[in-house]
Amino acid sequence: MGNIIELRHIAKSYDGIRNVVEDFNLEVKKGEFVTFLGPSGCGKTTTLRMIAGFEQPDSGEILLHGRDISELPPNKRPINTIFQRYALFPHLNIRDNIAFGLKLKKLTKDVIDEKVERVLKIVDLSGMERRSISTLSGGQQQRIAIARAIVNEPEILLLDEPLGALDLKMRQEMQLELKQMHEQLGITFIYVTHDQEEAITMSDKIVVMADGVIQQAGTAEEIYNEPNNVFVADFIGDSNIYNGVMADKLNVQFCDTCFPCLDDYPIGTRTDVVVRPEDVVLTKIDEGQLNGIVRSCIFKGIHYEITMEADGNEIVAKSTRDAHVGDTVGIYIEPDGIHVIPADKGLNHFNGIITKNHTVAFADGEFPCDVTQLYEGSVHDGKGHLFSKDGERIHLTGLSVVVDLPLEHLEMSDDLEAGGTIGEVISFVYVGDHYRFLVRTESGQDFTIVDEDLWNEHDKVSIVIPKDKIGLRLSDDVQAEITAD
Amino acid sequence: MYFSRKNLSIPYIIFLLAFVAAPMLVVLYYAFTNGEGQFTMTNFIGFFTSPNTIGTLLYSIMIALSVTVLCLLLAYPSAYLLARLHGHKKPILLMLFVLPMWINFTLRITALKEVLTTLEGNLAFHPFLNTVIGMTYDFLPFMILPLYTVLEKLDTSLMEAAADLGANPVQVFLKVTLPLSVPGILSGITMVFLPAMTNYVVLDMMYNSTYIMGSLISSYFSAYDWHNGSMISIVLLLIIFVLTIATKQFGDEANENRGTVL
Repeated sequence: MGNIIELRHIAKSYDGIRNVVEDFNLEVKKGEFVTFLGPSGCGKTTTLRMIAGFEQPDSGEILLHGRDISELPPNKRPINTIFQRYALFPHLNIRDNIAFGLKLKKLTKDVIDEKVERVLKIVDLSGMERRSISTLSGGQQQRIAIARAIVNEPEILLLDEPLGALDLKMRQEMQLELKQMHEQLGITFIYVTHDQEEAITMSDKIVVMADGVIQQAGTAEEIYNEPNNVFVADFIGDSNIYNGVMADKLNVQFCDTCFPCLDDYPIGTRTDVVVRPEDVVLTKIDEGQLNGIVRSCIFKGIHYEITMEADGNEIVAKSTRDAHVGDTVGIYIEPDGIHVIPADKGLNHFNGIITKNHTVAFADGEFPCDVTQLYEGSVHDGKGHLFSKDGERIHLTGLSVVVDLPLEHLEMSDDLEAGGTIGEVISFVYVGDHYRFLVRTESGQDFTIVDEDLWNEHDKVSIVIPKDKIGLRLSDDVQAEITAD
Repeated sequence: MYFSRKNLSIPYIIFLLAFVAAPMLVVLYYAFTNGEGQFTMTNFIGFFTSPNTIGTLLYSIMIALSVTVLCLLLAYPSAYLLARLHGHKKPILLMLFVLPMWINFTLRITALKEVLTTLEGNLAFHPFLNTVIGMTYDFLPFMILPLYTVLEKLDTSLMEAAADLGANPVQVFLKVTLPLSVPGILSGITMVFLPAMTNYVVLDMMYNSTYIMGSLISSYFSAYDWHNGSMISIVLLLIIFVLTIATKQFGDEANENRGTVL
């Protein structure tokens, strides 16, 4: 089956500053149920609105059956939307709300009446044609909104957090109904939600988004069992996340312990390790792979959530049996419960330029650095000049360099004058015994910083880097020039 | 003794009795009596049979209608734009629309008079036109504000939903925006139409020789004919009453519209 809709390199920014959606690529097959999942502000609704035609992408293509529709106004697209707050017309009764699209198509009254009746049957509200919108409950309004969209027999139905305003019970009921409706109608659904459970229950394919970028796309099982990165692991389900390193073949070390695992990476590879709480098994003391002290045990209905501390690392387990706070227990994790993700090698690399003061400018800031590392054997004369080992003066001003920053030496400070640049905390994850933060500067450069203390999202911080920890290399094109000479 | 919250209404009740109810009774008394204090309908019969007074009534309605329509045509687009505006420009523009109301009304009309005199020469040549221009200028903010309030509260997702269902921009306006702004249009009309029937100060200030209902009342009272003055007040009151009921009915219908308003 071919792709019904395809998004290619879609990018969108507001006021030209922040990228709401960046290089978004997605293919949706006919009849699929696709969900965009992500925290608020991740760009999922903006992407949906671009498919609907309410917003135009800055660049990229939206292909419907292979034809670019990104310039087409919403009324010319065979796509209908179910809005977050339903957007039913308060001045029209139920029948006229549903018939709105049909009347615009100039269908005869008999045809309209028949279609309205049929669609009301589907949403289980038969015989309510004449009722006014204001007399309906939230759940009923929701159904009318669905009826109003599907009566037009769109090729694609877009749903923007349609169940957000309903209470839990109603929401679960509607989830099942929507799923059934999707199977019955055979329409392609594109669904937006921030509720991971909703996404997992309903979708054929989940697109996890953060910061306007697709983090991972796949089936619910794939995303839950094989998260691409720490963000996905943290967002979908509960997880224990640790820094690890490959200690041996099929052996990963974290929490000061070596665990056999099923992921094969070269020895010495730095990794993130994700362990789902339900995969953590509590044993008698010394019978597991490591021992931990029970710090808390909370009854959650079908299971207990047990938090343990092992060598300063926090491990959360879900267990049907409770544990006593203060007891020491053994902890065992099956090899297939350990998911190893190679740590991102691209972290904290920036393109910078050497200034005339022999500092390096990058990421909206300027940092003192040691420029002698750029040329082997070069010496700084202390008066602002650099000489090569042959005694020749090297001109550095304006030189492009690549800046490498070791993760463990970056620090955040709330004294905005203290560091070389200022950024905003975008997101963070808890990694066993510390937090890992994503800090973004004004122009959108990202730093990854670890800290034991908790900073909040949207905190403004300055980024402090010790002078001797800034690694510099000549950028590739400068290198090429030198070789050419 | 407890202090009941109802007691808070006492000052207003006194005001109401002294300045609304009592004068109303006096007006009613004079409207239905003659010089000797006897009950009579002749004041009313006189009004509705004299071509002069009926002419004034029709003329007033003509003026009020023109002013209202002109105000609506000018106000709707500006209120729409104003409501759709975002950011720091909005309060400034809104202020610009309201600002004329802060300047004394006689000053504004005097200024307008000078402008019109420069353009037309003798103002007496175009009494109807000048009256309409003067009143439109005076009443425009009263039309813009209620429209703006309604349009601003209008949920943009309704317009998006209409477009989504296949309506082009014109259809979106006719089928969604316009019907939903009917309450604003109605309150704008009531705020403009009624004053336009009676506000003769604009006419007077523009050396206008024509008469509207307000000028009629004024001239009777200045001639000490309280009976006919009161009678015309009652006639106007009835017109206002009928109009209010009519718009209210229309408004109710618009609220639970059966899709027939358009």
